[in-house]
Amino acid sequence: MGLDAAAIHSALRARFGAAIGDLVGAGTNASAMVPPDQIHAVCAFAKSDPALAFDCCSNLSGVDYPKQSAIQVVYHLFSYQHRHHFVLKVNAVRDDPVAESVSDLWSTADWLEREVFDLLGVRFTGHPDLRRILMPEDWPGHPLRKDFVEPEEYHGIPTSRESLLKA
Amino acid sequence: MGLSGFEVSIERPTNGGGLSTEDMTLSMGPQHPSTHGVLRFVVRADGEVMKEAIPDIGYLHRSIEKIAEKVGWHGFIPYTDRVDYVAAMFCNHAWAAAAEKLGGIAVPKRGEYCRVIADEFCRIMSHLISVGSMAMDIGAFTPFNHAIREREYINDLIEELCGARLTFHYMRIGGVAWDLPPGWIEKATAFLDRFEPLIDEFDDLISFNKIFTERLVNVAVITPEEAIDYNLVGPNLRGSGVKYDVRKDEPYSIYPEVEFDVPVGRGELGTVGDCFDRYIVRMREMRESCRILRQCLRQIPDGPVIAKVPRNFKPPAGDVYYRVESARGDQGWYVVSDGTAFPYRCRIRTGSFTAISMIQKVSRNLMIADLIAVIASFDLVAPEIDR
Repeated sequence: MGLDAAAIHSALRARFGAAIGDLVGAGTNASAMVPPDQIHAVCAFAKSDPALAFDCCSNLSGVDYPKQSAIQVVYHLFSYQHRHHFVLKVNAVRDDPVAESVSDLWSTADWLEREVFDLLGVRFTGHPDLRRILMPEDWPGHPLRKDFVEPEEYHGIPTSRESLLKA
Repeated sequence: MGLSGFEVSIERPTNGGGLSTEDMTLSMGPQHPSTHGVLRFVVRADGEVMKEAIPDIGYLHRSIEKIAEKVGWHGFIPYTDRVDYVAAMFCNHAWAAAAEKLGGIAVPKRGEYCRVIADEFCRIMSHLISVGSMAMDIGAFTPFNHAIREREYINDLIEELCGARLTFHYMRIGGVAWDLPPGWIEKATAFLDRFEPLIDEFDDLISFNKIFTERLVNVAVITPEEAIDYNLVGPNLRGSGVKYDVRKDEPYSIYPEVEFDVPVGRGELGTVGDCFDRYIVRMREMRESCRILRQCLRQIPDGPVIAKVPRNFKPPAGDVYYRVESARGDQGWYVVSDGTAFPYRCRIRTGSFTAISMIQKVSRNLMIADLIAVIASFDLVAPEIDR
């Protein structure tokens, strides 16, 4: 069986030192913060190190935290080889969110990063094809941001209507 | 999703003489009957052979993740049905279980059994659609009718259970909405008695029928390494020979209490990881679901089916990544709570999304007709891709 969260965390700390934040949570939920300009190096190590061998990026998502003026990108890593998990979190600056792309490490990250770009506006540097994926190309803003206001209409199509139950 | 790109363009590279070859760019979808919902492919083809097929998604995006932030913990359950309406039970289950994990709620044993019974019936329903429509996409219409006929019986059973036939809204945070109705266990067992021999019949009719298998064997072979790299899950992953099932490897609910096998692709007619392996894994999973159901229907204990959960449910701040083995494989729900009555963020990583992201790679140098087989073998469900 694979390593536990504390062992994974100390393996990352041993390689990257203070860049890896403190271990938060336990079990499959255990996570650590990583700076946005080191996430690629950390992920590359997590994937290639034989003891860690995170061969799968199970989930890559974003969460908007306006109070901390950050958009957090969350990487749920999983190793099919060792059957262990770890979560890496990156706080990108909310005014101009940038993080390194990991799409060259895991092919699945290509589309997952496009979705985070589309819905939260995080720019992933080094991504080969960073375009919107779910929303139309000319959609204004990023809908999953907390301060997103839905436009009244889109190309003349109203986005709301009067209640059918109105007397 | 782009508004542009409907134009048909023809490149005309000349080779000096009078002869020239042309690449055709075709738009397949968004309303093509075999694209399993509203999705579109831009196909670049040289005659019948594709250079690549580029998926274009987003036509069914209903911002379900954003809705979660607006409707509250209990109120979101009916929306989870719409994430994957072919197998809605699993989305119900994942959402309820993620909320329970955040809120520290223990589900009564009978409630968990009800969940697994509903889940496994739902898996059979979904796989019947998958294998039936796969046969239909390839040109055999009869198997689809056989599959839908059996699915109707399960629809009836589930309707008795929760009043709905497609979008179930059966599970609640803390358990399930209703107990099994009187006499339901006997009816469910009678269905299994009827259905299990019919899987053999389906195998005779289609699974090993040479006309059918010739279209699947050695088509779009995916190695285990590629499958993991693209994060394929469920039957698509197991079709490539990776023995991984969330029910077995990270058990949740009462799955540790039941016995079942995890079928994997063995390349018995061709290469491991071809379209046929992904198909046959689903056929075998239906048998395993029947096995799980028989055990559950026999073992189900008495007791309440739902725990006491406050109406104004406010789980403590924190986040959880909950994975269930849905009919389309490992479905990951990343749910963040900030301690209020509304979820702070709900992210759903679905199997169809990661599978369709692989189509551009696997479609290279396939025939256009084979693209249909590939889409069917991935068991794509468009609303699950777009959410």
